Parts: sequence; C-alpha cells; structure tokens
Amino acid sequence: MSVIEMDGLRKEFTVRVRAGRLRREKRTVTAVDGVDLRVERGEMLGYIGPNGAGKSTTLKMLTGVLTPSSGRARVCGLRPVADRTRLALRIGVVFGQRSQLWWDLPLRDSFDLLRHVYRVPAGEHAARLARCRDLLDLDGFLDTPVRQLSLGQRMRGELTAALLHGPEVLFLDEPTIGLDVVSKQAVRGFLAELGRAGDTTLVLTTHDLADIERLCRRLVVIDHGRVVHDGSIAELHRRYGSRRMVVAELDAALPEPPVLPGAPVQRVEADGRRLVFALERASVAEVVAGLAGLATLRDISIVEPDIEEVVARLYRAPAAVTGAP
Amino acid sequence: MAERDSAPRVAERDSAPGAAELRAYRALLGAQARSQAAYRTSFVVDLVGNVGATVFDVVTVLVIFGVTRELGGFTLRETLVVVGLSACGFATADLLVGNIERLPRYVRTGLFDAVLVRPLGALPQLLLMDLPLRKLSRAVFGLAVLLFALVSAGIDWTPGRVALAVVAPLAAVVFFASVFVLTATVSFYWVDSGELANSVTYGGRDFTSYPVTVYGGWFRALFAYGMGFAFVSYHPALALLGRADPLGLPPWAGWAAPGVAVVAAALAALAWRVGVRHYRSTGS
Repeated sequence: MSVIEMDGLRKEFTVRVRAGRLRREKRTVTAVDGVDLRVERGEMLGYIGPNGAGKSTTLKMLTGVLTPSSGRARVCGLRPVADRTRLALRIGVVFGQRSQLWWDLPLRDSFDLLRHVYRVPAGEHAARLARCRDLLDLDGFLDTPVRQLSLGQRMRGELTAALLHGPEVLFLDEPTIGLDVVSKQAVRGFLAELGRAGDTTLVLTTHDLADIERLCRRLVVIDHGRVVHDGSIAELHRRYGSRRMVVAELDAALPEPPVLPGAPVQRVEADGRRLVFALERASVAEVVAGLAGLATLRDISIVEPDIEEVVARLYRAPAAVTGAP
Repeated sequence: MAERDSAPRVAERDSAPGAAELRAYRALLGAQARSQAAYRTSFVVDLVGNVGATVFDVVTVLVIFGVTRELGGFTLRETLVVVGLSACGFATADLLVGNIERLPRYVRTGLFDAVLVRPLGALPQLLLMDLPLRKLSRAVFGLAVLLFALVSAGIDWTPGRVALAVVAPLAAVVFFASVFVLTATVSFYWVDSGELANSVTYGGRDFTSYPVTVYGGWFRALFAYGMGFAFVSYHPALALLGRADPLGLPPWAGWAAPGVAVVAAALAALAWRVGVRHYRSTGS
C-alpha cells in the first residue's frame, strides 16, 4: 500500500463576485481538478506549480485541514478529514507561513508542550530533540521567546516541532520561503539527511527549484489544479527539450556571432567577449573545435539545464503539455 | 506493509488516551497562563478594568430602581436574582468560551490551520490557547452579585431550590457558551457576520438582565422563547422566588433551564462540526 493515495481528488471553492451595485454572482473556482497520485514510503516528492496552481490546497486536503469536494485521499491508510486526530499523530506538517510554536514562550517550551500534545514518551522526545539540536544548531536560541527569533531560526524551530513525534510523512509547504542563503542551506541539508535515513516520506511544495534539485528525485508539476508532469528532473528536461549550454569566453569580440551547426548562439554578453551556445545536436567538442578556428578561447564552461527555465516554459504553455503522457 | 510498520509507533504512546489528552489540554492552559504572565503589568490593569462592564450592568439596574419601585412587576430584590443569574452565567461563559468570537482572526493568522493538524479537538485547543484570564475578575464579580441576591431575596429554601440555585447558573453558563460558539460558527460561512453575532450575544446578555415582562410583542417572543433566553435567568428566578409567571407558563418552566442548555449545546456542537467541514482556509 502506498503511504499517500489520491484518486480524482478535487476541491472547488464558490466565490461571490460583485456584479453590479447589489447583485453578487456565484462563481466556482476549481483549485484542485482531479489529481491522481501514489507516493511510496521513503519517497521525497517535489510538488511544484505557479501561484494558485493548487499546491497548498492539495496539502491541506492530505492533512485533514480541508474537506475535498470529491475524490478520495488516504494518508497512512487513514481518511484525512474523518480520522484527522489519528492521522495527526503520524504526520508532521510545516506550513512556511503558519507557526506551530508559542509566540511568547521560549522555543524550548514549545517543544515541551508538543511532547504533551502528541503524547510522546519522554525518552523518545529527548532523543529526537537532541538530534535536531545537533543537526539544526538550535542551542544558541532555545531559550529565546519565539517572537524574537529570526525567520531562519524560527523555521529551524518549526522543522524540529514537526518531527518530535517521529512522523511517517512530513508535509512541507514552502519551507524555505523568505530565508537567507545560509538558513536555506541548513534546512536543505537537514531534509536531505532525513531523506537519506529512508523511513520518512517527504512531500515538499516550493517556489525555489534549488530545493527540488537538491532533495527530490521525483517531481510533480501541477498547473490549474492538474498534474502536468510526474517523473524525474532528467525526464522533465528530456520531454521539454531543455538543453545544456556552452559558455565561451573570448580574448576579443568577433565582428559578428559565429554560426556553428547544431549549436545556435543563445546570448552574447560582455560586449561580445562571452558567447552562450545551446547544444542542440552538436557536442561540446564540436563547438570548441568550431570556435577555435575563429577566435582565441580564454575559457570554456558547460552549464547544465536550468530547471527554472523549463518549468517557466511549462507554465506558459499549459495547453501544450496537458495532453502529454 | 505501511500498516504493519507503523503499528508499533502508535502503540508506544500512552495507553490511556483520555488521560493523556487531558494532560495535553492542561499543558496548553499552562502555556497560556505563562504567555500572559509575560505581560504582567498590563494583565493586572486588564484584570481590574474588566470588572467595569459587569459593575455597570448592576449599577444600571440600581439606577432604574431609584426612580421606580417595581420593574415589570418585580421588586429590586427579586430583579437582582435575575441580574445575578445573568451576570454570573454570561461572565463565566465569556471567560471560558468568549474568545471564540475571534475565530476570523484565528483563520486569518493561520492558527486554525495549525490546530487542525494536531491530534486534539480544534475547539478546546483554540479556547485554551487564547483563554482570556483577565476576564476572571468579571466572573468572580458576577458570582458575588448572584450570591448576594440569593441571600437577600428572602427565598424560602427547600432542597429543590438549593439544587436549582446550583444548577441554574451552570445551565446559564452552558447556554451562553453555546450562543458564543453558534454565532462564531456563522463566520465560517459569512466572514462579515461579526455585528450580527454581537447583537445576539450581547443583546441576549442585556435581555436576560431584566424580567422578560418588561419587554413586549414579537421582540419578547423571539428572544425569550424563540432563542430560549427566558430560561437563562427569568424562569429559574421565578422558581427560586416561588412566584407564578405573570405570562402564564407553569412553575416547572424554571426547571427547564438545564434541558434548554443541553439542547443549545447540542446545536452548537453540531453547527461547529459542520462549520469545520466547510472551512475554506486562506490562500497559500
């Protein structure tokens, strides 16, 4: 049995829109439009999509916060809404914009309270907390009231709070939003470590694709409430024709951009002294050989396809990809 | 496979879930007390300031009796029993459940989402996490007014009336608590429902501060019997004082208070459940 099952999961909202001075019109907005997914134990799933695509709504249906309009959802074999409190003991949730911590109390107190809320035996609690303190470097601010923590410190606290009861599934909604580079790295490193252990299933929504590249082998892209891609990042590149780039630094600019077969020039930078070629059919060696005859090369670098670009292209043309297998 | 793996994880937890849940709720209450202690000075000011509103209610009644000897056929001492039941019931319900009227704020700040992903009831969590301890002074004052009224009203105490004197204030607390929850639940569907909710809650409190005989027509019919506010203070007071109802209801009407309160509580619980199922959360 899969840890997470979704079959035709749908969520509609009725919105009242002002139509005229007094009249209001009802309009139905479909936030999640028939999502079918299976997530296996220990998987790390990146769940991405543009704003309003239905990412958070899906997560809220899986955690028992929202009742689906139709379709079926199971997490750990439980019905999220009907078995909400039983499910809560087995999942951890981090909503980037919501807090599980007590604002006016020291961070340490929140952890202690959650031990009571989740009925965790003291020994287990202490062991997990010790591990988080170590990996997330919490010791410097355990006695600081949560309202005085920086966003990065608070997020490290939230992660700890979500894990102290040893959840089987961890849902993360935008866990790195608004964090500085150092905190982002700390959070990613921690999640990667958690993934390596292998017994926690992780579902992550994010705007920052570096999170996904670092953590998730499987990527699900949704747009307008529908799944438009489900597979590895490499598959995404293959399907949507993202290409590797060759960046050539020249000693002096060429009078006009060179034409190399199978490798069109993508960009000309630094007054013509830096050329970026897209590898369509040509190999790196062919580009280098072709260029060497025309100019003096100072440096060559290869840039792997940028997932951000692929996804941006995907969002722009939803109709073109919905039909794809 | 997943089931088998996860079974031991669940079994490790406390064996008696009821007791463990109570401990969890107690921990939440303790946290709320500690949070408020972080602002000690303002807490003391609030504690004193909060008596004000209830004192004002009582003073209003005294002022009215300064110009008249009877109000709707009731003397000052008799009316004070009505006032005491109402003040004690409302202030205690306001202390325990009143902050649920901040539900729209809980939704906006995400607190409601946060409590829904925890293994406890959403309503008790919200109430305990935001229990307004400063309202304690008002509840104590309400109780004092009731005790004074019961002692000075010249009640002919029988075992039945002693029991009613204990049960009626409790029923009033349950009834007002149900009104708080019911009106707050409306905001699940209709975000701007605050004013209407207030007119029922606080209108109901004012209504129960006087014998219902002072009101007339459809207004009395609606509040007193349509919504049941007559059973909070008026009918129990009649039964305690041993007076017949000028409006003709039988003497046992005063004993209907607990029943009416239980019905109200059941309605509130049902509305809350349905409301949570209709909860829409906020963006992101």
